[in-house]
Amino acid sequence: MPGPIQSIQRAAEVLKLLAHGGAHQLSVGEISRALDLAKPTVHGILRTLQEVGFVEQDVEGGKYRLGAALFQIGTSYLDGNELRAKALNWSDTLAMRAREAVRIGVMHGKHVLVVHHVFRPDNSRQTVDTGALLPWHATALGKVLVAFGEWPDGELQRYTRHTLTGLDLSTALDDVRERDWAYDLHELVEGEASIAAPIRDRRGVVVGAVGISGPVERLCESPDQPPRLELVSYVREAARSVSRELGGLSW
Amino acid sequence: MSYIAAIDQGTTSSRCIVFDQSGGIVSVAQREHRQIFPRPGWVEHDATEIWTNVQAVVRDALAQASLTHADIAAFGITNQRETTVVWDRETGEPVHNAIVWQDTRTDAVIKQLGDQDRFRERSGLPLATYFSGPKVRWLLDNVEGLRERAGRGEVLFGTMDTWLIWNLTGRHVTDVTNASRTMLMNLETLDWDPELVSAMDVPLAMLPQIRSSSEVYGSYEGVPVASALGDQQAALFGQTCFAPGEGKCTYGTGAFLLINTGDQPVRSRNGLLTTVGYKIGDEPAAYALEGAIAVTGALVQWFRDKVGLISSAAEIETLARTVDDNGGAYFVPAFSGLFAPHWRSDARGVIAGLTGYISRGHLARAVLEASAWQTREVVDAMNADSGVDLTTLRVDGGMTANNLLMQFLADVLDVPVVRPIVAETTCLGAAYAAGLAVGYWPDTAALKANWHKAAEWEPSMEPAARDKGYRKWKKAVERTVGWMDEDDD
Ligand SMILES: Nc1ncnc2c1ncn2[C@@H]1O[C@H](COP(=O)(O)OP(=O)(O)OP(=O)(O)O)[C@@H](O)[C@H]1O
Ligand SMILES: [Mg+2]
Repeated sequence: MPGPIQSIQRAAEVLKLLAHGGAHQLSVGEISRALDLAKPTVHGILRTLQEVGFVEQDVEGGKYRLGAALFQIGTSYLDGNELRAKALNWSDTLAMRAREAVRIGVMHGKHVLVVHHVFRPDNSRQTVDTGALLPWHATALGKVLVAFGEWPDGELQRYTRHTLTGLDLSTALDDVRERDWAYDLHELVEGEASIAAPIRDRRGVVVGAVGISGPVERLCESPDQPPRLELVSYVREAARSVSRELGGLSW
Repeated sequence: MSYIAAIDQGTTSSRCIVFDQSGGIVSVAQREHRQIFPRPGWVEHDATEIWTNVQAVVRDALAQASLTHADIAAFGITNQRETTVVWDRETGEPVHNAIVWQDTRTDAVIKQLGDQDRFRERSGLPLATYFSGPKVRWLLDNVEGLRERAGRGEVLFGTMDTWLIWNLTGRHVTDVTNASRTMLMNLETLDWDPELVSAMDVPLAMLPQIRSSSEVYGSYEGVPVASALGDQQAALFGQTCFAPGEGKCTYGTGAFLLINTGDQPVRSRNGLLTTVGYKIGDEPAAYALEGAIAVTGALVQWFRDKVGLISSAAEIETLARTVDDNGGAYFVPAFSGLFAPHWRSDARGVIAGLTGYISRGHLARAVLEASAWQTREVVDAMNADSGVDLTTLRVDGGMTANNLLMQFLADVLDVPVVRPIVAETTCLGAAYAAGLAVGYWPDTAALKANWHKAAEWEPSMEPAARDKGYRKWKKAVERTVGWMDEDDD
């Protein structure tokens, strides 16, 4: 059996270093100093890693950070069934506080896959829709997942005259990243709204989204206003609790 | 605002959950303890480790929500049932590891005591290794000098509720639900039964005082300790099954179907247990019929830890969904013999229907399906005993996170399966009972208003497939019994 391959070992060192930096990005020079490697060697490693999507740069010649492809590999380890089991207590409590239906979603190709669904707590007739696929751009769950993940290619259907696409959608996602929660207002179904917040694992990677949905008159003060802050805070608290369950937050 | 903290001392872990007035969860802390397997069929816990864990989870749960003891209106206790510990009254040291409910070492004691139904009338229970009486008898017979010390009143017996309350408050008490699992309590008088106690040869001096499930026993850090319920009875309480005919099935390490039978104990003719459901203060006790299944979640855990095909319990669903059916394989997990409705301590587990076709996916299916088929057996017994057919099954516990299992359960029972909005009904029930005792909640009607449906699964299996599956399951069960021989220990 051949011995360890040096270039792979070095590439791993580079990735570990970038992962350590978190949001802090590193230049070729910083990496070469930290790992005691020649600049051309580091450069070669970074270029190869960039090609396979394991590292990224904001601008050509700029600093490096970990790439989306790497996160997707990591993310696939969090099984949807596992996420549901970990989220059970907190999604129940969210449904109880908000008095609305709760769903937990993860990206599945170009759609949001519902991995958990808690009924609106009014004992009315409802059916479990775990396993259903939702359009990402017209739901709060999807906006959270894409804002912190990758924009899937493909046509975006307009469901109502409020459905966002193109630049409007991209601006909306910037807001989501800024606020750390998302909402949809009449965007999938006229008269319906949803609120969602990101679930993070121990590396801080967004692995899912938890949210509530219901009629606009219950979720918002008025039909053209963003959702009520009280409900937003319940949703964000639930997302934080699930993240803590996954080791994603220290308290 | 004040809160109720429930302590759930379970078979695999101890947890503390803090609830608010709406029954919503404010914080959760949990710690696992060691499962000690000194020999095949023997299962022990270190009671000292458990007490340390319980203190830690209480601390953690309060810290997580930035609460102090002053924010807690009461502690409620719920616990794994039957598990038996004996300790020194002076030092508080256990004289031996706790003997866990799953432990089968008392097989010989049981055989020696005679007919299986000998104590059924008084205690509601068949003679089986499951209950505490035989376990304390084993300790008295096998721990050097213990019987003499017990006679002199130097050691105390308790189930886990008693062990915790003694450590928390200094009082030596148990509640009616836990006492009803010792095989030493008389179901009518709700007191130690002289005949049972003397047949089991246990000194009265070591037994705790029997109290109601919902009253202040004492205090810990200035907070009243105000409830104690066996975990399954606590889940019944948490599901607010306060009227006769209401019931639930909890899926954790094992699965336990309990139906409230009102203020009269009902004797089973079909292998169910008669037990106390709960007793609130001075009110009359509510009784229950129980179908106890020893191994459900424990099989998933075994599959994870001992077989290693999955790395977490939830992954079994992912693995099971890689195939469409069980491929003809049936897994009867008679690890501790078979409990309800069979009560066969000589049974051991089998996987039946194995062929070269069977893959790991099929095995994962068979593991999950075992929980559903075992439930079908106890539901059939319950229907036969009560003369009325179950129309929906209320479920709770960790395994209800498994959607594939919940659907399959609805399919094999042919009734809708409903999960309430708090799956942690065990803790919730202990919190409710404690909250009632200290006036945090006014009455049971206020608790009922908190119950909401969180999910529902409708049956969708063809009757022919259901019948065939059940027939195969029964054949697999037949193959487990009589496995143990005289020279097996
Ligand atoms: N998604 C799942 N699918 C199948 N089984 C599961 C799943 N999640 C948990 N389990 C099983 O459920 C059990 C845990 O459930 P729960 O937390 O209700 O039990 P428990 O109360 O800890 O048990 P105990 O009180 O006896 O210690 C474990 O045995 C585990 O294997
Ligand atoms: Mg439990």
